[in-house]
Amino acid sequence: MYITRKAEFSASHVCRLKGLSDEENRRAFGEDAHPHGHGHNYVVEVTLEGEPDPVTGMIVDLKQVKQLLEEEVVEPMDHRFLNVEVPPFDHVVPTTENVAREIWDRLERRLPLASARLYRVRLYETSDCYVDIERSPISQAEAS
Amino acid sequence: MTPTLLPRLTRRYRFSASHRLHSLALTDGENRALYGKCNNPFGHGHDYVLEVTIAGTPDSLTGLIMPRHDLDQWVESKVLKLFDHRYINTDVSAFAASVPTTENVALLIAKVLAEDWPRAFPAVPAGLTRVHILETGRNGFEVLADEVRRGSTRRPSAVPPGDK
Repeated sequence: MYITRKAEFSASHVCRLKGLSDEENRRAFGEDAHPHGHGHNYVVEVTLEGEPDPVTGMIVDLKQVKQLLEEEVVEPMDHRFLNVEVPPFDHVVPTTENVAREIWDRLERRLPLASARLYRVRLYETSDCYVDIERSPISQAEAS
Repeated sequence: MTPTLLPRLTRRYRFSASHRLHSLALTDGENRALYGKCNNPFGHGHDYVLEVTIAGTPDSLTGLIMPRHDLDQWVESKVLKLFDHRYINTDVSAFAASVPTTENVALLIAKVLAEDWPRAFPAVPAGLTRVHILETGRNGFEVLADEVRRGSTRRPSAVPPGDK
């Protein structure tokens, strides 16, 4: 069974690589390469997998999940310039893919809670663009 | 086992189009009974939302599965250009003989994209995994690219009414 908790944070970022020319950066990152940065209202949905406890009827106490998201994601990232204030984005490009993976790694370090283990992190950079990191084994054939 | 953390990227696009649900295999009365308002002879329209999902290993340098712009341009040229502000029944040749239900539209789009991916992006270490269309905010239709590649999806319009 799965349970999902949502959190939001607003942050700025810029996607550009020092080793690339302006044109190459624009080619890879589009508008995201604009050097002064820009912001998004990120939405993160964290899905945990587990079975309800026979006594409490809960997979996990959602207060704990809320607290975890607050400590690992919202507090460090909300109203921050990711490239400057949130490692590892001082040296890793904060693409949606990389921010989603960083959130996965931060949460994975703190889980499982009770029987609940991390199943999926879905990060919306905008409502029209999101990245999923999911535990289920995806066949490499899919990516070929 | 070690989890495979292969990220998936989903992009959302929009197109507005009209259609009419009317099967040549049915009588006018049967069509009206089956499709109801959707059988209106003058057609009707929707603001469709199309989600395209790809999966792959992000590039070690850029951290991107692929540049968004490349995906956007491809979807624009292969799909949006075909459907946006069109009457699907007459303007999209694939629907000359089949009913443009959103099931069939989703299957066609998935087929077009899955077949064209290797030609369009031979060097991108990623693959198309899913196409999802919202006809309205309440109706969603999803096709996994593997279904198309395996040829396991049945085309609803190709099934004689008696078999349903």
